[in-house]
Amino acid sequence: MIKSLNTFETLLSYSEENNLPIYKIMEEVESRAFDITVEEIRKKVKHNVDEMKNSIKNGLACREKSQSGLSGGDCAKLREKFKTTPALFGSLYEKISTYSLAVIEENARMGKIVACPTAGSCGIVSSVLVALSEELNLTEEDEINMLITAGAIGHIVSIKLAPAGAVGGCQAECGLASAMAAAACTCARKGTTKQIIHSATLALKNILGLTCDPVLGLVEVPCVKRNVFLATYSITASELAMAGIESKIAPDDVVDALVQTGQLMSPLLKETSQGGLAFTKSADNFKETIKF
Amino acid sequence: MKQHSLFDIISPVMIGPSSSHMAGAIRLGLMAGKIYSSTIKKVTFKLYNSFAETGKGHGTDKGLMAGLIGLSADDIRVRTVFDLEEVKKIDYKYEFSHNLDRHPNAVDFIINDETVISGNSTGGGNIEITKINEFETSISGEYPTIIVFYKDKPGMISRVTELILEKHINVATLNCTRNAKGETASMCICLDSPAENGVAEKISALEDVYFVRNIDKMDS
Ligand code: SF4
Repeated sequence: MIKSLNTFETLLSYSEENNLPIYKIMEEVESRAFDITVEEIRKKVKHNVDEMKNSIKNGLACREKSQSGLSGGDCAKLREKFKTTPALFGSLYEKISTYSLAVIEENARMGKIVACPTAGSCGIVSSVLVALSEELNLTEEDEINMLITAGAIGHIVSIKLAPAGAVGGCQAECGLASAMAAAACTCARKGTTKQIIHSATLALKNILGLTCDPVLGLVEVPCVKRNVFLATYSITASELAMAGIESKIAPDDVVDALVQTGQLMSPLLKETSQGGLAFTKSADNFKETIKF
Repeated sequence: MKQHSLFDIISPVMIGPSSSHMAGAIRLGLMAGKIYSSTIKKVTFKLYNSFAETGKGHGTDKGLMAGLIGLSADDIRVRTVFDLEEVKKIDYKYEFSHNLDRHPNAVDFIINDETVISGNSTGGGNIEITKINEFETSISGEYPTIIVFYKDKPGMISRVTELILEKHINVATLNCTRNAKGETASMCICLDSPAENGVAEKISALEDVYFVRNIDKMDS
């Protein structure tokens, strides 16, 4: 019986000793902590998977700009480009990149999305999950397992660091989302618990230090394009882990490094829009022209 | 300590673009509406700090209003809330200011010129109602909560809690504040399971109780 899930080490040893996949362990912990049945948990997760699919559908169908005009329309551009010149990396890449743009543009337009772990990073797990499901012909049960697995990774990290740009920079939002997406991807490909954890760790490890510097404080620049980058990036982490490549720094140590990096990051680079991209001439120009 | 849930990470399903500026704003509005719980004819929203600065760009103004009239964080009508008939009937305005003593994402709802409800959007869509009129509170919506304003005199706390225990409901936390001895005091009681309606009515019927609200837990 496992009561709480605080470290990757506990997750791995419990999983190996009991021969249980990550999603089953997460279900057990959640069910116990909140007095809710596994069926209820899976039903709620399925609802979120469905809403992820809806957000992709709505985002793909719309080319409107956001209220500020800073984002919107790029998804349509990318889709048109793929129609004439396919992506070098193939159809999975085309789906992940367009779906992630669809969802995050929808977010900026005040559309309905699934925050995962946050609204600013909502395109990452959504796009990877749905694109993989379509490309690999996965079942509804597989999709639910993927999202719970991704959630378990986020759960463990968030116990040490709140997933918020204001607390840990974008490494804690989009960075964490890409680690979760990598885990979902590795889960879909039937990777072992160790491979799932290492795929998430490799993703986190290579995004350490990513700051949060949204122009005008809006979740648009750089957030929109960052979702595309980090969604596709998560596949690299999964590929390495599926080959048995491991992070030389232990997973829990990488989380500690993430926390430490977040603490060391200047407050000017943590959602205050007083540094980085938000503090440039171009950003100033937007300030002049965008009025609400 | 707050227990971490899987659904803190893979939820909420919400209207974009920002959990603190939109989902949090909607939930603050919802909570203020539940606390006020009568017809709202007039409201002034006072937004502070980051809520004031980037609120418009994030649609925080829409979110606060949407919540106040009872729309949930995933209701697509939030986008066009000012076009709704029930909103057109309300005399509303927004004020924006800076006050470093307040939370970065703070708001006051001044309802019908009589009740002031203050709260903060604390991140990830979580919220806290910090004040109702002159009373400090700490209501997050994570638990079913009973709020009681009463005259500060001996025995009041036990009288109220007895009525709750009668129903075999466990009290998770209990917070009391008062302004001065013998004056009005407030109680915020977080419960492990929701109280049936009868409980609030019984509490209201107690002598020297001025105000009672039985507020459900909010959906995550
Ligand atoms: S830059 Fe900041 S606001 Fe934008 S997605 Fe990253 S953490 Fe969120």
